[in-house]
Amino acid sequence: MLKFIGKRLLWMIPSLFAVSFLAFVLIQLPPGDYVTTYIATLAASNEVVDQNTATQLRERFGLDDPLLVQYGKWMWGILSSGDFGISFEWQQPVSGLIWERMALTLVLAIASLLATWAIALPIGVYSAVKKYSIGDYAFTAFSFFGLSVPSFLLALVLMYVAAVEFGADVGGLFSQEYETAPWSIAKMVDLMTHIWLPVTILAVSSTASLIRVMRANMLDELPKPYVTTARAKGLSEFRLLTKYPMRIALNPFISTIAWLLPNLISGSVVVAIVLNLPTAAPLLLQALMAQDMYLAGAFVLLICALTLIGSLISDILLAMVDPRIRLE
Amino acid sequence: MSDVLSMPARKPLLEVRNLVTEFPLRTGVFRAVNDLSFSIEAGKTLCVVGESGSGKSVTARSILQIVDAPGQIASGSIMLNTADGVSIDLAKLHPRSKAIRAVRGRDIAMIFQEPMSSLSPVHTVGDQITEAIRLHMKMTKDEARAEAINLLRQVEIPNPELAIDRYAFQYSGGMRQRAMIAMALACRPKLLIADEPTTALDVTTQAEILDLIARLQKQSGMAVLFITHDMGVVAQIADDVLVMHHGVAKEYGTVEQIFHSPQDTYTKMLIGSVLKLEQKAEIRLARPPLDQTAPPILEVRNLSQQFGTVKALDNVSISLLPGETLGIVGESGSGKTTMGRAIMRLYDPSAGEMLYRKADGSVVDLAKIEGEELKKARRELRMVFQDPFGSLNPRMTVAQVIGEPLLVNGIARGRELDDRVSHLMEQVGLDPRGRERYPHAFSGGQRQRIGIARAITLNPRIIVADEATSALDVSVRFQVLDLLMKLQDQLGLAYIFISHDIGVIRYMCDRVGVMYRGKIVEVGEAEKVCNAPDHPYTQALLSAIPRPDPRDRDRSRRFRYVEPAPVKNGSAGR
Repeated sequence: MLKFIGKRLLWMIPSLFAVSFLAFVLIQLPPGDYVTTYIATLAASNEVVDQNTATQLRERFGLDDPLLVQYGKWMWGILSSGDFGISFEWQQPVSGLIWERMALTLVLAIASLLATWAIALPIGVYSAVKKYSIGDYAFTAFSFFGLSVPSFLLALVLMYVAAVEFGADVGGLFSQEYETAPWSIAKMVDLMTHIWLPVTILAVSSTASLIRVMRANMLDELPKPYVTTARAKGLSEFRLLTKYPMRIALNPFISTIAWLLPNLISGSVVVAIVLNLPTAAPLLLQALMAQDMYLAGAFVLLICALTLIGSLISDILLAMVDPRIRLE
Repeated sequence: MSDVLSMPARKPLLEVRNLVTEFPLRTGVFRAVNDLSFSIEAGKTLCVVGESGSGKSVTARSILQIVDAPGQIASGSIMLNTADGVSIDLAKLHPRSKAIRAVRGRDIAMIFQEPMSSLSPVHTVGDQITEAIRLHMKMTKDEARAEAINLLRQVEIPNPELAIDRYAFQYSGGMRQRAMIAMALACRPKLLIADEPTTALDVTTQAEILDLIARLQKQSGMAVLFITHDMGVVAQIADDVLVMHHGVAKEYGTVEQIFHSPQDTYTKMLIGSVLKLEQKAEIRLARPPLDQTAPPILEVRNLSQQFGTVKALDNVSISLLPGETLGIVGESGSGKTTMGRAIMRLYDPSAGEMLYRKADGSVVDLAKIEGEELKKARRELRMVFQDPFGSLNPRMTVAQVIGEPLLVNGIARGRELDDRVSHLMEQVGLDPRGRERYPHAFSGGQRQRIGIARAITLNPRIIVADEATSALDVSVRFQVLDLLMKLQDQLGLAYIFISHDIGVIRYMCDRVGVMYRGKIVEVGEAEKVCNAPDHPYTQALLSAIPRPDPRDRDRSRRFRYVEPAPVKNGSAGR
């Protein structure tokens, strides 16, 4: 087992290099660079930048170097001193910009994950056990509703209802007075009072699909002979369900952890923009549009690392809960 | 608990009266069990015998109220009379009630056909046994664990202290069934219901499991309700027999009565088909003897097939004459299926040659040829598979299934294809009007006929039949075997007939090769190998087959073959 984990960790290194390089290249692919975008933005507000300034800017950012040299410099900075480079647009070190946002993103992601599982798994089991009952049909209708309503629309509606009907402070994750304040107990409480809205919205759409998956998994497991064996022993229906078929039906969920993290980051862009959340997604989008390549590159690199770590965690968990994987 | 009545002593342990179990369908109600009555005495064995769909499994499950949804007991009574004079009508209890749960596992325990899928794949065997113990008995975890180890020892599992923490998939098939038995016996039930517990096992393992059940039964005085389709097993273990057909009891009596003076025509047919397997088929006896001097159509020489470190085939040599049926017999894991597939060149053999003599007399080595030449040879070698359900594409009509080889090879299309398909269906005894229907509309036997029609579509010269009749009921099995022999005589086919069933081999084959751990240990005339074999392994195999005669119950005759250990450097091996 340890050998397996060690091997997987070693494999992560070349994967991260490959992905970061690819990301770097992709960000550079559109014609022009940050300076072009910058000039265009200035031109839009009727400011004119002369050729000299542009060249100076390019020189300062090292944009005239060949791609490989730029990539090499960036990587060296990360590896030697944890320096992810300077964001052109914000004129700040990238590392100062991203960590808090990544942390908030993770908090949001994990909170919505837990909410999703807490709602979806019991409902999925119920739907499978009471197949074709009124309850099953009701939950099925809800799932299809959740699947088909775009989450940004749900976000708008919920925001409207919360703000107009209940006078709640919606949008963002913090009240104004805490936004730039250092972390404290009061700030945490404030976060809690704000986070429920995005968590609900993000959970609804994934809950819907998860209910369907759990229902299908359970329906596969319920007619298996080992369930009948357990029943023939005299186990009560509830203990039987939780101990045997549910345990096995849960395995596929563990494998979904791998792509859950990147999904919650990239999948929640629209919701995050609508709700004005200080998470990674809006910043990443902005950085990509402005060709702010060090900032965007750092995000892509982190998301990739999260994916790899996620899949490692899910593999380890899967081996822990399923002896067939561990021992065969 | 208004059903609890005090009864006079000496009642039978279980009394089933006028049991009806129904499955509501969209179009009405299907009666899986119809007006069934029987009883079991303590310490006795009742065999319920019948073919698939006879309702024997549903009967067993009705007793414990674990019939799969939406089935339910519609009427009748199932009285359980325990020694302390309490009687409970199990049929009146709700399937989820506490009262029935107290009976399950404690008074009546059950074991099933598939020991692999009947045990949870993600819990240790010990976990599942201790669960059963602690459910009905007041024991601490440690006591229950000690008891579980004790139970595993009782069912003769080696190293029970270690085996208890293993998972079902780490056990062999026989060991899994032993573990199931240990679990069922955890609370010393008064009745053990065994639903085809040995069907998925090899004959030698089957014999050992049957012995084990008999021994435990004697020790504890429990009654056994044994469900099976195998008349041989019935003859060996039953005190009483209940013959079921389409949910109805056809005959109910002592084992002596059922086997030696059966009254019902269905019972007579069942017993007749078992006795038929004791000798060669009439069609074969009537056929003129084969030309033994003809050059073989297929000659396998020193064939080896390696999968990783496993030698599935180990230096196998055997030949097949034109028009001959060569049987390959062996237990699971002996390499007989690999052998069939190697001949079809579904694998690339590790060593050896397979010389195939074409119709024009030229010889090709099936182990070497590639591309167009191999394609051509494969047209003349076809295969019939075991599973009549899995081997037909459910989304293709019968006409498409049968006609596909013609279409793929560009031999016929349109009206001509249609005519040929109709003709093929007539040849295998199917009504051509059914050709636009899908496989699910056909029974197991009919599907196997479709598989045979597909195999003979391209006028092959050799057919490899891998357990072609194993999944079929006895009454249908003969029809398919007879069809195969009829086609053989009509079309001049040579068969390689792979089976674990010596009876089928004896009925059908001219010569037999016996396989053991990838080697052919004995080849000879079917008559000789099936009745008076030379090799000790074949003798052991034969000794384990349950004889279909209750008067012939000599268990001492049975023995298990142990491979003589190779002698290394003068010192004897372990």
